[in-house]
Amino acid sequence: MTTTTNVTQKKKDRPNLNERIADLPLPIKVVLWILFALFLFALPLLNIPFITTPDSDFGGVLFTVSTYVLVALGLNIVVGYAGLLDLGYVGFYAVGAYTVGVLSSQHGSLPWLWCVPVAIAVAMVSGILLGAPTLRVRGDYLAIVTLGFGEIVRLTLVNSQWLGGAQGISNIPRPPGIELFEVPSIDWSTGVPVVDLGTTTTFLKFGISDFIPYYWLALVVIALVLVFDILVKNSRVGRAWEATREDEDAAELMGVPTFRFKLLAFALGAAIGGLSGALFAGKSGFINPQSFELLLSILFLAAVVVGGQGNRWGVILGAIVVSYFPERFREFADFRVLVFGLALMLLAIFRPQGLLPPRRTLRAKRADARQHVLEEGEAGA
Amino acid sequence: MRSTLKFAVPLAVAALALGACGTTGGTSNTPAASGGAAACGDYKIGMFGALTGPNANLGIYIQNGVNLALDDYNKKHPDCKVTLENYDSQGDPTQAPALAKKAIDDKKVVGIVGPAFSGESKAANPAFAEAGLVHITPSATNPALAENGWKTFFRVLGNDATQGPAAAKYIKDTVKATKVFVIDDASEYGKGLADIVRQDLGSTVVGNDTIQQKQTDFGASVTKVTASGADALFFGGYSPEAAPLIKQLRDAGWKGTFVVADGVKDQSFIDNAQAAAEGTVITCPCVPADVAPDFQAAYKAKFNEDPNTYSGEGYDSATILLDGIAAGKDRATMVDFVKAYDKPGVTKQLKFDAKGEVTDVKVFAYKVEGGKIVSVGEIK
Amino acid sequence: MQFLIDNFWALTITGLTLGAVYALVALGYTLVYGVLRLINFAHSEVFMYGTFAALWVVMFLGGKAGGGTGQVIFWIAMMFVAAMTMSGLIAVLLERFAYRPLRKRNAPPLIALISAIGASFVLAEIMGLREKIVAWVGLEDNLRAYVRNSRNAVGLPDIVAKEPVFTIGGYAVTNVDIFVIVGAITIMVILDQFVKRSRLGRGIRAVAQDPEAAALMGVNRDRVIQVTFLVGGVMAGAAAVFYLLRIGITRYDAGFLLGVKAFTAAVLGGIGNLRGALLGGFVLGLAENYGSAIVGTEWKDVVAFVLLIVILLFRPTGLLGESLGKARA
Repeated sequence: MTTTTNVTQKKKDRPNLNERIADLPLPIKVVLWILFALFLFALPLLNIPFITTPDSDFGGVLFTVSTYVLVALGLNIVVGYAGLLDLGYVGFYAVGAYTVGVLSSQHGSLPWLWCVPVAIAVAMVSGILLGAPTLRVRGDYLAIVTLGFGEIVRLTLVNSQWLGGAQGISNIPRPPGIELFEVPSIDWSTGVPVVDLGTTTTFLKFGISDFIPYYWLALVVIALVLVFDILVKNSRVGRAWEATREDEDAAELMGVPTFRFKLLAFALGAAIGGLSGALFAGKSGFINPQSFELLLSILFLAAVVVGGQGNRWGVILGAIVVSYFPERFREFADFRVLVFGLALMLLAIFRPQGLLPPRRTLRAKRADARQHVLEEGEAGA
Repeated sequence: MRSTLKFAVPLAVAALALGACGTTGGTSNTPAASGGAAACGDYKIGMFGALTGPNANLGIYIQNGVNLALDDYNKKHPDCKVTLENYDSQGDPTQAPALAKKAIDDKKVVGIVGPAFSGESKAANPAFAEAGLVHITPSATNPALAENGWKTFFRVLGNDATQGPAAAKYIKDTVKATKVFVIDDASEYGKGLADIVRQDLGSTVVGNDTIQQKQTDFGASVTKVTASGADALFFGGYSPEAAPLIKQLRDAGWKGTFVVADGVKDQSFIDNAQAAAEGTVITCPCVPADVAPDFQAAYKAKFNEDPNTYSGEGYDSATILLDGIAAGKDRATMVDFVKAYDKPGVTKQLKFDAKGEVTDVKVFAYKVEGGKIVSVGEIK
Repeated sequence: MQFLIDNFWALTITGLTLGAVYALVALGYTLVYGVLRLINFAHSEVFMYGTFAALWVVMFLGGKAGGGTGQVIFWIAMMFVAAMTMSGLIAVLLERFAYRPLRKRNAPPLIALISAIGASFVLAEIMGLREKIVAWVGLEDNLRAYVRNSRNAVGLPDIVAKEPVFTIGGYAVTNVDIFVIVGAITIMVILDQFVKRSRLGRGIRAVAQDPEAAALMGVNRDRVIQVTFLVGGVMAGAAAVFYLLRIGITRYDAGFLLGVKAFTAAVLGGIGNLRGALLGGFVLGLAENYGSAIVGTEWKDVVAFVLLIVILLFRPTGLLGESLGKARA
């Protein structure tokens, strides 16, 4: 105990990167943000060596990464903010994707865009239906109940012919687009960056094999969800979650209807899971139960915890780690999962609070340090 | 929309800056920089399927066949070798589209062997069709794949719709079963096949059950089969489930005939089920190894084992593409070349109909005898 | 429904043998949860290594069908020795490398789950890649029989001939059925008495009840935790042998699904409660079999999970409640 606090105390004097950025004047911050956003949009076209995945299409990988980011943001509300351990999150992801599949192809022909709000709503309702009876169960029991839910969803998909069974659902319509202009990409094959006018992406054509527009769409959705996330977290709801997570009994005594807030977290998390499922369905055009295995739930949770549960930037980073590295390091071939497992263990051991711990933890640490100083007098300083 | 204008600007700036480096944009995308010998296109063929992960067996059997075909070709054309590019989907439809795009973007890839499974085929094939890149599958047997109007789709083996009736016929005419129990594994392949068998056998089916892939305990299913008094059991599925299923059935004293399809035609089924595997009937739209002894010998010499499920189909698929390369075809002209192809392969006469299905489909019956899979002739 | 009634005994006996395996694996989850309050996600791999150890020892001893009674007993005894040693060893290593470093750093409980997931991937993949790993080390010629096609399932030689012993309600109960059920219960009783009466067992209970007070009373917490993992691993090893005798094959990823089920069984009975694990295992095994009979085998796992959810709604801490600490053993 004493060693950890001593270490944080030594670090305390040097402001870290976060704090330094936070101290910058507002206009500079805005410019930085815009540049960063531009960079993200241009990323699949820049083909930066080493970052670009050599063995799989980078646009496609980036889309996968962005669905993981979206899912991690949703799961972060459940796990990070409300402190509920959810091992069946893939269930909501599947509900979202299949709602789109059923309405647009299997049993209807609605356009993709119309299906999305329905998918969000259905996922949300399924979250409430699952949460209402089970959220009274505490802690680790919830983990197994949600895990069971994820499996029930997957097995229902496999065994129900109405939902396409193991064959899945094909011919899901793509998002609507307008073809405006071509954007060239950069070619590094000669060692120097060259604008490659031969390989272009049509701005906003949601086609079959060019995934970059889908990635752009996902980025926009992520931005919207982030804004929503920030607003909710800083509202009364966010504070109620924090209180519930830290001490449920105390929160209840102080008049926080903890059950209702937990249910809300579950429903919001489910809605975002459903949204990312809908995006996935619109991009791939084909879904089957194989894409919604239990393992995915575990990877989602790993993204949140590795990144730093409770910190939205942390979980984004975690999602990138979990989804990008296995694709980037395809050259490990058969050893990919092994290396990934080792990486998870090392991360857990050396960054137990996550890659980017939530600010609350930083705050708590500082409070601990202060307390330590008070208790030990000058000796600690 | 505003955001696109914003980012188009820095790109233009980048273009200017890079132009100053002395390279002209626009022409840099032609890959034929190394074009010494004009005839030699420095081509590649792609192998698309599960090469790692839990479903890798099948992919590797196919890949072995493809590699053998490549060796043959490169021996004949030492100055213009074709290389193999692997697209390891792990059999996962989620990973398949990005890999398909990768193959399409690599202009040296003139044809694909695969995708190996039906699920990943549905995810990847639309992109191949759009790009006009030929893909010959040696193993995806879902009948619906040929109904999508993909002009680039070819299949060198019979689909489930040809194998199912043959299996039903064998059960009726040769096994002469009067009470048949049908089990499937809920997979696209297993259920598709079992449903055809159920339909064809009609009233002789006395019971049905569905298990799940990766299931190992079949207590309830065994009880259902033994209680039904069935004298034959058709199982639509793969060998990892077939082996424990028949083992547990024999342990429970069931004496009927076990009939399975090509998904179980795999030495590991016999290794794992051992004595219980004896007498199992396996139907397969694949030609027995003794039909193509040269291929079998070459395979054994290279990989130190007998050709396994779909190795021959992998060899044939690759050979078609390599013949195309030898005939000077590139990606654009390959489709018509394959469409017009008509030559004997190691598994069958390779000729395709308008939908891309191979025309000469024969289903053979095999039997497990003395720990070996032996052919008992064609099912006619 | 009629089918269930007609075949009640067949479904019950096979359900119980399945439940026995669940129960033994569930013990590992329950013990670790009792002392550390964490879900040992990698316990399924501990079990999987046990199945392989048991299999390899039979291969090594040249076990095959048709051995004499003495030989069969010797083979089975060696399977237990090998599987229990291997599983116990893996469990202890797991604790040493995946959990202890975290405890030293006062990591939040959820991160232990991530470490466990990582360890689970690593263990399963090592087994799945054993062919390549052995080739790296240069031992492939000596070990080919043990590592061949390492992604495929591997079958146990038919060392035991299953023979009906007596018939009940039309179902011929075999020697293996009896051995699995009786063996599992015996092992459970031994464990129960060990935790209740031995010094180490007292330590386990003390740490489960109140880790800090236990430390003050002179209990070496690290040692108790290590013993807990060892005991859980040994139980998983025993389960591995019963599993192999019953199912006959194993695979590098055989642990995952079984682990999920065993964990469900542990929660069903009341996690942290040894007798709960036994009850939960048997209830789950029976429920799966009865459920398969009534609504179809494809819904077997759905039945299991729905049952879990329903039971937790009415008894939020499982059938027997959490009580490893409360001297109930």
